[in-house]
Amino acid sequence: MQGASILSKLNSAPMYLICGAIVAFVAVVCVIFLIRAYRAGKALGMDTTKMKRVIVSSATFSVLPSVGILLGVIALSGSLGIPWPWLRLSVIGALHYETQVAQAAAEQVGMAKLSASEMTPQSFATIALLMSVCIMWGMVLSIFFNKKYTKKLGSDGGSGKAGFGDKAMTAMFIGLVSAYIGSYIGSFVSNDGLFSFSGDYLPLIVAAASAIVMALFVFLGEKKKLAWVDNFSIAGSMIAGMAVAVLVKAL
Amino acid sequence: MDNNNNAVWEKYSKSTHILGRAVSAITVIMLVGAPFLIGKYLGAFPDIGATAKAFFSVGIVWTVSSVAEFLIYTPMLGSGGGYLAFITGNLINMKIPCAVTARDMVGAKSGTKENEIISTLSIATSSLVTILVLAVGVIALTPLQPVLQSPTLQPAFDSVVPALFGAMAYKYYRKNMSIAVAPLVVMSVLFMLVPSLVGSTSFMIIPAGAIAIGISYYIYKKNKGAE
Repeated sequence: MQGASILSKLNSAPMYLICGAIVAFVAVVCVIFLIRAYRAGKALGMDTTKMKRVIVSSATFSVLPSVGILLGVIALSGSLGIPWPWLRLSVIGALHYETQVAQAAAEQVGMAKLSASEMTPQSFATIALLMSVCIMWGMVLSIFFNKKYTKKLGSDGGSGKAGFGDKAMTAMFIGLVSAYIGSYIGSFVSNDGLFSFSGDYLPLIVAAASAIVMALFVFLGEKKKLAWVDNFSIAGSMIAGMAVAVLVKAL
Repeated sequence: MDNNNNAVWEKYSKSTHILGRAVSAITVIMLVGAPFLIGKYLGAFPDIGATAKAFFSVGIVWTVSSVAEFLIYTPMLGSGGGYLAFITGNLINMKIPCAVTARDMVGAKSGTKENEIISTLSIATSSLVTILVLAVGVIALTPLQPVLQSPTLQPAFDSVVPALFGAMAYKYYRKNMSIAVAPLVVMSVLFMLVPSLVGSTSFMIIPAGAIAIGISYYIYKKNKGAE
């Protein structure tokens, strides 16, 4: 019953309080920045209807991706409870990042996989700490270098092109994904004896299912020009893969 | 731009940096502090050794990625938008396209005062919408907890990681098969021969990433030479 009892603690009122306080703080920060920018724009003689249009269009633009992010909270809630993923996905992280980092931390504390059934208070605290430490660099860099960097750029806004840097980032993620997919293949083939082909096949089936659904999302987005479906591509594919896991286990 | 406007701008810009730095620092402290506070509540503090070990595998990847994001996106977002975007996250999937759409709508150019204002308005609004949608969603989810925790659904939640990597594999592999084949084959064979390595997959990211970057660099150089 370890899984159920730790989840009820992870979903308890104090957890909501801790995470909710941080979310509320960030919400207040956003309101302050919004009002300041609006006032400064007005003082600089910018058209207020233009600024209002920006606010309305940004709000409508963000609704669908936000629903996609909410699906991410559901996906992580089974292993980490609701409040912590809620905090991380509301204000700081992104689903793909949080899931990978949580898995890496789970490995280090000796869990076979990210799952409530193996979760202990210490492993949760460790996973949470790693998730925070890995994501904080954007903020740390902003604290020290935003001023210098934006000043240096001056009126030259920068093109955002990074030459090989961009390709290296993609390659790094390909390596990351390959290590995990390779581990699913390897453990299916050899986990219960070298080349016995009797290890756990569920991760492979789940990964294949979510890849197929992702392919469908890409097809709809690119070929059918339904750009809005992209908001659900990662979370939607994950939920589909996870649903397949339930089906496979039930059969 | 007359002197009055310049004075307004200087004042706004200066206070943006003071405010931006202060709230970024407070957010970092709260985020790093929260796991300890939660640990106190749960009765066990984080294992620092395990955190450090995990950091030196997967953490390195994300740190490099954060530096790249900072360098690439800060010029697009300006100072106020930059501070806010790194506090509120979800950059690639939401904040960047949102701010770029807003900027195109009003025709503001990167690096201008107008862009600075527009991107701050856009990112602040976008974050508030996410916070609101998630808060409503989480309240709606709470009564569903018994369903979400039912044993029937546990295989789904235990499969969240393979589900992510399947989706990401399709996304990254489909246009980069020539880069992906070698690390995938090497890793699969390695895990077949040494199944005990599965417990430290996050460390294997480093050699797999090195192979992929090496191949990518070779292709990049070759294409450049062909130009």
